[in-house]
Amino acid sequence: MQRYSALNIARHAATGHRHWEPAWRQAAPRRRYRVLIVGGGGHGLASAYYLAREHGITDVAVLEKGWIGGGNTGRNTTIVRSNYLWSASAALYEQSMKLWEGLSADLNFNVMFSQRGVLNLGHTLQDMRDIRRRVNANRLNGIDGEVLDQAGVKKRVPFINTDPGIRFPVMGASWQPRAGIARHDAVAWGFARAADSLGVDVVENCEVTGIRRENGSVVGVDTSRGPIDADRVGVVVAGHAGVLAEMGGFRLPIESHPLQALVSEPIKPILDTVVMSNAIHVYVSQSDKGELVIGAGIDAYNGYGQRGSMQTIEHFLSALVELYPIFSRMRLLRHWGGIVDTCPDASPIIGKTPVKGLYFNCGWGTGGFKATPGSGWVFAHTLATGEPHPINEPFSLQRFETGALVDEHGAAAVAH
Amino acid sequence: MLLIPCPWCGPRDESEFSYGGEAHIARPREPESLSDAEWADYQFMRTNPCGWHREQWLHAHGCRRWFNVERNTATYAIRAAYRLDEAPPHREDAL
Repeated sequence: MQRYSALNIARHAATGHRHWEPAWRQAAPRRRYRVLIVGGGGHGLASAYYLAREHGITDVAVLEKGWIGGGNTGRNTTIVRSNYLWSASAALYEQSMKLWEGLSADLNFNVMFSQRGVLNLGHTLQDMRDIRRRVNANRLNGIDGEVLDQAGVKKRVPFINTDPGIRFPVMGASWQPRAGIARHDAVAWGFARAADSLGVDVVENCEVTGIRRENGSVVGVDTSRGPIDADRVGVVVAGHAGVLAEMGGFRLPIESHPLQALVSEPIKPILDTVVMSNAIHVYVSQSDKGELVIGAGIDAYNGYGQRGSMQTIEHFLSALVELYPIFSRMRLLRHWGGIVDTCPDASPIIGKTPVKGLYFNCGWGTGGFKATPGSGWVFAHTLATGEPHPINEPFSLQRFETGALVDEHGAAAVAH
Repeated sequence: MLLIPCPWCGPRDESEFSYGGEAHIARPREPESLSDAEWADYQFMRTNPCGWHREQWLHAHGCRRWFNVERNTATYAIRAAYRLDEAPPHREDAL
């Protein structure tokens, strides 16, 4: 791998930057691999990277039906935080947070991780009680967090509307200083490049059309570029987990929904943190280019169409202008949708399936981006050893039979 | 934005409706006789297809009645709406 460094930039500048190598090879799929990962999003590429780095397994291919960075990894609103209520979730998201903190150096790729803090607003007394409970739980789990009152919120976001007369007045917030944002497509590119440099084949334009099984065990997959055999297959296809499960002959407790987001025209720096509101359902941050990045909840209906309804946008924009009247005359540049796989308990499924040798990592709902490195880290362990890591053990598919759900609807901080 | 043909009120804007998820999931007659796996299948598992999907809608800001719709989850096209006491207009293998 060609390393990125100040020295190398200077060296290439001398030749007009004409000799940079591609970040990863255009790999053609071989006939057989030890481990196949279906889905070349952030989570799948991270799984491949940690499989190679932590477990020394490099006979791995990542199959991506489109191109790297073209799916949900490039469609989210880039927020990273770990302030989840339950200990099981806290362990998973905090593992991810710790990896985020060293990720640019690990990957030798600037993922522009910016720990600018996240505010989760409270609008009612009950919200504030829930926030206090969640922050206390976070601190007991070693995750940073503070409860801010209204003045504390106003100090961080001076233009927020704290008029007590609005429909959902701002009473306070939880504040996680280590949270922040990262450049989402750089995360996919960085993991693809790092995994490739360790010998993983990153295969683009290769759609999986079937999962081949013999005697209840997986033996490989059929793809648009021919069949490929493998000992183990990990499926990491946010938005299409149900479709792949059907190929494997089982069902999941997942429904796929459109989730929409949008960005405004770029403006000068105004918002140096991330503000989320569960109750009125909008979250906003400002990108390094100056655009406001705005998101909210899912469209209610099942959909694979990567688009949603205008009324959903109207709903979250009305929340936005009530909270921040200063944004009311801004123009929007782009708006798009992705498909999210929502679970009944708003927690992911990472682990075994009814098919031996077939593992799923799915059901991240609206909040998978923040978990990208941690998800890959635990899934790599699962694929390497055949057993879940203690961190992802609570997130088994089995929990829907035992009833040991990890209910994060409230603490996911955005209603699902 | 969907235009949803309510069987009683005719085509109306999606904003008048609320969504009720997959249709034709029958509550087990004897829940106590089910295994945990069977109960989980009833309670949580969904077909979640990419394509034609039978689903429930409520005309919340209209006649306030539930009904079923066949909608394509990939194209969002709607090809049928039918009352709860009517059989689905298309066969299972046409889904």
